[in-house]
Amino acid sequence: MALLEVKDMRKSFGSVEVLKGISFSLEQGQTLSVIGPSGSGKTTLLRCMNFLEIPDKGIINVAGKTIFDAESSHLNDEQIRRNRLHFGLVFQSFNLFPQYTALENVSLAPRLQAKERPDFRANKKEIYEQIESRSVDILRRVGLGDKLSNYPHQLSGGQQQRVAIARALALTPEVLFFDEPTSALDPELTGEVLNVIKQLANEDMTMVVVTHEMSFASAVSDNVIFMDGGHIIEQGPPAQVLGDPKEERTRQFLRGYDK
Amino acid sequence: MFLTVVKALSLGFMKSLEIFGLTLLGAIPLGLLISLASMSRFKPLSGLTKIIVWIVRGTPLMLQLLIIYYGPGIMLGNNWWGTGSSGRFIAAMVAFILNYACYFSEIFRGGIEGVPKGQREAGQVLGMTNTQIFFRVTLMQVIKRIVPPMGNEIITLVKDTSLVRVIAVYEVMWEGQSFIKSSGIIWPLFFTGVYYLVFSGVLTVLLSKLEKKLDYFKV
Ligand SMILES: Nc1ncnc2c1ncn2[C@@H]1O[C@H](COP(=O)(O)OP(=O)(O)OP(=O)(O)O)[C@@H](O)[C@H]1O
Ligand SMILES: [Mg+2]
Repeated sequence: MALLEVKDMRKSFGSVEVLKGISFSLEQGQTLSVIGPSGSGKTTLLRCMNFLEIPDKGIINVAGKTIFDAESSHLNDEQIRRNRLHFGLVFQSFNLFPQYTALENVSLAPRLQAKERPDFRANKKEIYEQIESRSVDILRRVGLGDKLSNYPHQLSGGQQQRVAIARALALTPEVLFFDEPTSALDPELTGEVLNVIKQLANEDMTMVVVTHEMSFASAVSDNVIFMDGGHIIEQGPPAQVLGDPKEERTRQFLRGYDK
Repeated sequence: MFLTVVKALSLGFMKSLEIFGLTLLGAIPLGLLISLASMSRFKPLSGLTKIIVWIVRGTPLMLQLLIIYYGPGIMLGNNWWGTGSSGRFIAAMVAFILNYACYFSEIFRGGIEGVPKGQREAGQVLGMTNTQIFFRVTLMQVIKRIVPPMGNEIITLVKDTSLVRVIAVYEVMWEGQSFIKSSGIIWPLFFTGVYYLVFSGVLTVLLSKLEKKLDYFKV
């Protein structure tokens, strides 16, 4: 059974339909890349998946359980908040919290979440210690073991984005979404971030990556989706979609990347 | 003579301090309410608030003092403030709190709107509640943004307290000036200046300390 299943997701802003029925599925441990021209709806898709926008139509299933169905009753704030915990999102612009150190950025959400545990009062100290040591581990995994107490403004863009990835990982999302994680970076810094994502792919993290890095997409993804005008034009393994696309529009788009 | 002057000035200074303190105490929460109202999605409320803020910021505080104190008695034939010094003081406080609340509200609004949307969204995707996002993510960034402009307003307030004398609330400058009439001496007035200088000087130091304290992060 697919870990993530999205069926006929639609989203309009005003009278403009930006997502015109998106369906895809993703197996546990797979990496899916999403490519497509500017304005094709990639960011909107990710924002809908993380409930920053509420889809007008569509169904989201996680591990066979429907967590969202636009047809059925409206979700309240608390249900939306809980749904978000299935997923993580890494933004193009990092969005680290500037007033917290790298370590605090990573441990903040887990600490807040720990307050909901029934044994929180009794074991507060141990729980916080566990969270801290786990957060340190995650930061080490993304190569920032020596930057724990740096504030975001004391880190390079690449380092900031790696903290943002660590921050998302700290909540152990079932699927981690990336929105052009390297677009805001100087070219010489993209490698360190892409390497972290590759490493996560090797560790069987389930991921959806919106990217313009075609060589990265073909190297790490199990599947690639090409989007245009709010539709999925083509999807399949990278060798097919990137190597031998069936659709003319895909070919046209990819030609722009041939150097 | 010197002691008499210092005593009179100190009395006046206590009044100035009282006006200063009460204005901050009233104008900060009221300013926050006004800023929230001006950001409301309910158009009539935000529109009305913006007009009030525009009027208050666009006219002199001295005019507002005069109208608020004399207005009810002359226009409505009913002097709410009562006679005597306590009535004048209350009218002065109403004018000051309203005036400063409007200035503060604009600072708060700028501070709140200045926090990038992505900060809130980052909190949301991390499963934080709205309350958690406000207190753990947004608040510190707003504070950092508003401390410098608030500092400027607060220093201005120190000097603005002298305006209450137009409705005969006896603050430090009024006391200083009274010696010109009664004794023909001007040096008490210079002394008044020292009070203002010391007061605003102390505040400047405190505010810059606070700014330094918030220097550990950048927004
Ligand atoms: N909040 C919004 N209100 C109105 N229109 C929006 C909103 N968000 C996105 N859009 C529109 O939806 C369309 C798709 O935007 P989206 O950001 O999803 O594209 P994208 O594929 O991520 O593009 P890019 O590669 O430039 O990031 C665009 O035409 C955009 O102007
Ligand atoms: Mg985008």
